[in-house]
Amino acid sequence: MADVIEVGAARGDAPPPAAGPGRRNAPVRRAGRATPYLFLAPYLLLFGVFGLLPIVLGLWLSVHQWDFQLPNRPFVGLDNYAELFSSDSAIYGDWWQSVRATAIFTVLSVPLLVVVPLGLALLLNHSFPGRTFFRAVYFAPYVLGVAVIGLLWRFLLDANLGLVNRLAGMVGLPSDTPWVTSTPWAWISLVGVTVWWTSGFNAVIYLAGLQDVPAELYEAAKVDGANAWDRFRNVTLPGLRPVLLFIITTTVLASANVFGQSFLITQGAPGTKTRTVVWFIVEEGLRDNDAGRAAAMSIVFALMLAVVSIANFRLFRYRED
Amino acid sequence: MTTSTPTTRGPAPAVTDASAPTRAPGLALRRTALYATLVALALVFLMPLVWMLITSLKTYAGAQQIPPTWLPDPLSGYGYEQILNNTANPVLRWFLNSMVAATLHALLVLVTASMAAYALARLRFRGRKVLFALVVGTLFIPPTSLIVPNFLIVDSLGWLDTLTVVIVPGTASAFGVFFLRQFFLSLPRELEEAATLDGASQWQIFWKVVLPLSKPALATLAVLSFLTNWNDFLWPIYVLFSPETLTLPPGLGLLQGSYVTDYPVIMAGAVLASVPVLILFVLAQRHIIQGVSRSGLKG
Repeated sequence: MADVIEVGAARGDAPPPAAGPGRRNAPVRRAGRATPYLFLAPYLLLFGVFGLLPIVLGLWLSVHQWDFQLPNRPFVGLDNYAELFSSDSAIYGDWWQSVRATAIFTVLSVPLLVVVPLGLALLLNHSFPGRTFFRAVYFAPYVLGVAVIGLLWRFLLDANLGLVNRLAGMVGLPSDTPWVTSTPWAWISLVGVTVWWTSGFNAVIYLAGLQDVPAELYEAAKVDGANAWDRFRNVTLPGLRPVLLFIITTTVLASANVFGQSFLITQGAPGTKTRTVVWFIVEEGLRDNDAGRAAAMSIVFALMLAVVSIANFRLFRYRED
Repeated sequence: MTTSTPTTRGPAPAVTDASAPTRAPGLALRRTALYATLVALALVFLMPLVWMLITSLKTYAGAQQIPPTWLPDPLSGYGYEQILNNTANPVLRWFLNSMVAATLHALLVLVTASMAAYALARLRFRGRKVLFALVVGTLFIPPTSLIVPNFLIVDSLGWLDTLTVVIVPGTASAFGVFFLRQFFLSLPRELEEAATLDGASQWQIFWKVVLPLSKPALATLAVLSFLTNWNDFLWPIYVLFSPETLTLPPGLGLLQGSYVTDYPVIMAGAVLASVPVLILFVLAQRHIIQGVSRSGLKG
């Protein structure tokens, strides 16, 4: 590994002019011994420095008191971890508050992000004029970054000047809902915006999955007199199982890593109730200068996500049996 | 896999019925209901974006009216003037920075990922399986959990507050390598074998045979990498500080901080950040959507 990286470093990022070493060998296996490593070198250099090193460094940081301001970074064993679980530590309350916020957001958003896109995909899964157009329209919000959609929805959800309350007023609903400043409205806003923003993404994945459900099965079900609901339950859903597992797993991870929406739209409000784990970790590590503690939180958080992902897989396995 | 567009392959049981004249009235009704639903949903998805554009063309006072007015009256360039002649918030500079960063990032991903993916797909070498497992393994680590260590790494490289910091580190992502490897594996080997018999080196095969055959996959990866980089928010807000080095996403955050409820200005900034990616989406829609759907099927 280290050798490969050094090769990459010595040669720089330029593509290897690899014509040379191959010439000597027999025609069929003309790759020189170094050739594969030369192809890999530029990527491995980057992967080593920004992909693997941070993992090792993260583990190392998590067992040290690592303050940017202080010259000494003493080894503290598992203290950084212990703090997260002992209710008398300074960080305990804020940390679990952020875990709670993240859990609430994930539990509320995942079901909608699994079901709404499936509905969109089923709607688009016929050939009709304009199909590509509508698919593009539903996908469009996703190509915008969280900064744009955050600013946009902060405005749309503004209690006085926003379009949402205006429209609510027009249909006879209260027109002064504090969408971004108090719960439960703040949660509804964060979840709603995320559904609007990313549904098109999951819908496109579902659509690709629907293509793989054999058309003959639908025909057979029709011949047997199955109605639309039966066909959905007995043909579509089982055919979509692998795609569903993929969507649920990736959506849980994406939702658990939520940051920009709460940073920009609710700005953590009310108080720090909607401040998420990722936000808290980065804030702790980079603003409050405690990289060791932040690293410990990152690792605990990654483990939590791993447990949830494994639970997902298991659940699906069992249901298959 | 790449050529079959959903429409040509679509199962579409409803459409086979469309020619059956006896059921025409019921079908017309269903068609109408389908389009009504599609249009209603399209409004939900597009309205916010239209509102962003409308607001960016209002005056400050126009955007402060309660209840809000539907159309800008008077139509005004106020928001755009504010962001174009603004030294504290140099939005055009951010735009340029974003353009340079996203373009260079996409190029760097293409070069490094295609070379690595070729080695992993086609060349035999010691440690190939271990290496591939290692690269794929990192796909399961949430990138957000590596931000703090990565911050220390770019700090010690002296990259903080330079454009390099938003161009280079993201290229370590395993996605491009994984994506291109799958594509290379799907290519027929005959052409490469023929080239080998003609005495081509691995480098020549890669450059003259494999890459030209992979244009659709390369385009998809380039567009996705550009989009990801253009939209990245969490990393740049912590590693870029000076107004003149910011990219658009952290810049927009700054703009929101300085203009608070001066919505025409904030929306003008948001429009400026949206236009390039929306244009890219219209032009490269097929690539983006295929890239996304293929990434799903792999899982």
